[in-house]
Amino acid sequence: MSTIYILWLRQIKRYLRSRSRIIGSLGQPLLFLLALGYGFGPVFKNAGQGNYIQFLAPGIIAMSILFTSIFTGVEMIWDRQFGFLKETLVAPVSRFNIMMGRVLGGATVAAFQGLIVLIISILAGFRIHHWQSFPLAILFMLLIALLFTALGTAIASMLEDFQGFQLIMSFVVMPIYFLSGAIFPLANLPVVLNYITRVNPLSYGVDGLRIALIQQQHFNVGLDLFLLSALSILLVAFGSYLFSKIQV
Amino acid sequence: MNIIEASNLTKTFGDFTAVNNVSFSVGQGEIFAFLGPNGAGKSTTIKMLTTLLKPTKGEVLLNGKNSLTQQDEVRKTFGIVFQDPSLDEELTAYENMKFHAVLYKVSKKGLDEKIKSLLEFVDLWDRKDSLVKQFSGGMKRRLEIARGLLHHPRILFLDEPTLGLDPQTRNHLWSYIKNLNQTEQLTVFLTTHYMEEAEKIADRIAIIDHGKIIAQGTAEELKAQTQTASLEEAFLSLTGHAIREEGATGLDRMREMRQRRAGRR
Repeated sequence: MSTIYILWLRQIKRYLRSRSRIIGSLGQPLLFLLALGYGFGPVFKNAGQGNYIQFLAPGIIAMSILFTSIFTGVEMIWDRQFGFLKETLVAPVSRFNIMMGRVLGGATVAAFQGLIVLIISILAGFRIHHWQSFPLAILFMLLIALLFTALGTAIASMLEDFQGFQLIMSFVVMPIYFLSGAIFPLANLPVVLNYITRVNPLSYGVDGLRIALIQQQHFNVGLDLFLLSALSILLVAFGSYLFSKIQV
Repeated sequence: MNIIEASNLTKTFGDFTAVNNVSFSVGQGEIFAFLGPNGAGKSTTIKMLTTLLKPTKGEVLLNGKNSLTQQDEVRKTFGIVFQDPSLDEELTAYENMKFHAVLYKVSKKGLDEKIKSLLEFVDLWDRKDSLVKQFSGGMKRRLEIARGLLHHPRILFLDEPTLGLDPQTRNHLWSYIKNLNQTEQLTVFLTTHYMEEAEKIADRIAIIDHGKIIAQGTAEELKAQTQTASLEEAFLSLTGHAIREEGATGLDRMREMRQRRAGRR
């Protein structure tokens, strides 16, 4: 327990101390929110879909959580060679606890980042429909964060250096974001796209956030919660298996 | 009893044999230098001794405990200073020590005094609340040594601890280590490329090349065996003058990135 806690605490401390990184990582979601939100707003409205900022904000929150999660996961490659992680690998503690501490810490940071983006969205004109379901939104943010931090860690356990990182960005992270319903509605999509979005876990995270924040659903809240939790558990298990195999 | 007992250690990566049937032992309280040209198998051996890498064949006993079956007991018996720093740069010196104490379950009682005395020992007590990223290379090494000693290890592994340090800092570092060795009966296992350092500090020396130990003994014995005047000459006469080429690994590429990063700061 104390191992998990100390590794979690370490991630939090690091996050709070790197203010430039916090601000830097908010630039992208802000740009997406303003450019897409206000740019496509009129078209979206004319198509009879209502306010685009309302629709888009949950997607952008999910995006920032996705990117932060994957990034903390992949940061492990660095940490393994030039950081504290190497010190933990020779310590008399279980690999599972090391991995859990890291994943939970990374997930907390990512969810917190999502919360900041939510606040920014509200400043940009986004309105939460029912504050009663706000805790549900937090739960979804945490689940998305957990799932993708575990995924990032699993990926990082397999990579030797950063050479493969660009591939991961282009062929895993970006598709997960763009094909998730974060920026467009999932209804009436072409068949292929429909299938892809349905196997994309982020689709369920975005859907959950929309249900919690603006009462708009494509799947349903039970399915979203179930799939995200189940997949998180699976990925943590898979990630810790890969992590236990790491030899420095 | 020997505190480090390595028998028939072998490590292969694919069809490349990095360490080939190596056996040696280090006695309690000894300073043992493990020398060899680049790519000779030094780091691979250290990794096998410290549970980071599983041997393909052979066995390691540290303080009588098996490195594969009694991993946690083995891990408690040693402290290590890696060639690449393993401190958290975003944390303070004190926090790095504290985190280490939690990982090794060092009892909380008297912990603060212990950390204080170790940081004083390496002359870092007045910098305890500075972030490690503000430290110089030498300060980081000193902090790593202090940290490696926090859980009272019986053995200290030092993988090229003086690489990139100026002579003053190197001198200091070795005097700390010698001091510890004498006062605490600490066993030290080190690798270095500086032959004069090894000659000065080590009780016994093993030279490894192409994955095999080719000579073992005191500096005097090695010099006598090769009829040379210094350890450096003995080393060259044993391992040859040819420069070793190593293919760049992922780690080397990352080291380069790190240097570029540091340069920008």
